[in-house]
Amino acid sequence: MLELLHYDFMRNALLAGLLASLACGMIGSLVVVNRIGFLSGGIAHAAYGGIGLAFFLGWAVLPTTLGFALCVAAAMAWVTQGRRARADTVVGVLWAVGMAIGIILVDLSPGYQVDLLSYLFGSILAVPESDLWAMLGMNAVILGVILVFYKEFLAMSYDVEFARARGVPVRSLYYVLLGLIAVSVVMLMRVVGLILVIALLTIPPYLAERYVRSLAAMMLLAAAFSALFAVCGLWLSYAFNLTSGASIIAVGAAAFLAVSALEGLRPHRPEPN
Amino acid sequence: MNPNVVELDNVSFAYNGAPVLADVNLRIRQGDFLAVLGPNGGGKTTLLKLMLGLLTPGRGAVRVFGEAPSRGRERVGYMPQLATAGREFPITALEVALMGRLGRSSWGWRYNRRETEGARQALERVGMADHAGRRMATLSGGQRQRVLIARALVTRPELLLLDEPTASVDAEGRSRLYDVLTELNRDVTIVVVSHDLSIVWNAVKSVACVNRSLFLHEGREITAEMVRMMYGGHPDADCPVELIAHGVPHRVLQPHRDEGHA
Repeated sequence: MLELLHYDFMRNALLAGLLASLACGMIGSLVVVNRIGFLSGGIAHAAYGGIGLAFFLGWAVLPTTLGFALCVAAAMAWVTQGRRARADTVVGVLWAVGMAIGIILVDLSPGYQVDLLSYLFGSILAVPESDLWAMLGMNAVILGVILVFYKEFLAMSYDVEFARARGVPVRSLYYVLLGLIAVSVVMLMRVVGLILVIALLTIPPYLAERYVRSLAAMMLLAAAFSALFAVCGLWLSYAFNLTSGASIIAVGAAAFLAVSALEGLRPHRPEPN
Repeated sequence: MNPNVVELDNVSFAYNGAPVLADVNLRIRQGDFLAVLGPNGGGKTTLLKLMLGLLTPGRGAVRVFGEAPSRGRERVGYMPQLATAGREFPITALEVALMGRLGRSSWGWRYNRRETEGARQALERVGMADHAGRRMATLSGGQRQRVLIARALVTRPELLLLDEPTASVDAEGRSRLYDVLTELNRDVTIVVVSHDLSIVWNAVKSVACVNRSLFLHEGREITAEMVRMMYGGHPDADCPVELIAHGVPHRVLQPHRDEGHA
């Protein structure tokens, strides 16, 4: 496997996978403990509208998609805050409308667009170095925000009523959290594609949660799991000539099933007092 | 000095036009241990949130320590109903207690040593210091609730507002919880919202019933009037089993009207 690293594209792919794993660990953990997986899936899919916009206007894909995803995230935050009635339905609508906008804009764009699929299913083997720097920057933003607001995020995720009573700006933090999800989605787009993003945001933290005693540890372990899936998936993809994004998700899914099966087999221990 | 910790004058509150509380008057004296009883949806939690300044009354005035609730907040400890997050949440008892520091904690992603020490002391007060490092999911219902009380105690409040502290706590855990609360009541005024009437026989000094309007009773007995307020007073209403299952059964109840049901 090591000889693969002689290829530039493989080195970049590996680096992209590792960088994406950091975001996965941090943001994915917040997604899981706040139970907003559906919402995150919605942001990821609706972000396709940004890709359509970029092609239509001839703008750079990464920043355009990021801007569009942030707008979608703000809309989702506005719709879902305070557990409004039928919020889930509206999320579903935004999810589909974002994609539809993207598809229509691409239809209207001149020329034949070959690599559109790469945004839906990832193209980790074609990550240019400039994207790596962008990913590094986005990771830095996510890490910075989480370090500054860690206590507040923890309180909001654990007990929103109490956090509010202690004067934590819960509503603003919720917007920030969905904004960070949008950033991660754009980052992961290169690695596994918009459609598969949600698996990488949820499987590693779900697996990590049972082995840790704090949210910070959950983030670290989830990042490690995610990196492991990325490396294994990449190798499988190379060895068997499979789509890289799907291979990474498949490895994660296998781990998910294996751990769930083991949990099922293990006799239930009484909780220690 | 004003001996009243909390004062509500003609307070009314409505959620989206639906009245929840109407013309509530209440004085809570320093050192009191008040149980606020009432049916679900009767306005108990709303009452607490008004005292916390999380809600503003449509009419009337709320004062906590003689000030607007939002200003008195620093002196109030709050324990909301069971945490919204699942039991699986990866967090230790100490981290939960530390949350009480929020709003005036040090800057950055960690709490400092003094804050951690304060949280340990709060856990000590509820008898949970030995479990500080345990994950919340591995604690019993009663232990979890005591940690949440510790979290409310971290800022050394003079008034403690507890919302359903005995929810999902077994009988043994409850009596332990009552002991802790009785001990705390030596220097903290306590208001407990509950639909668990067993608390009345154990710790409280006065009882209020809330079902849109509020009925305050100095003393610990439960009158037939209160029961009617809580359960609607239907002749066919089920006997409120929880009411008579703990403490001294039927001590303060009128005989059942329809003996055939009893």
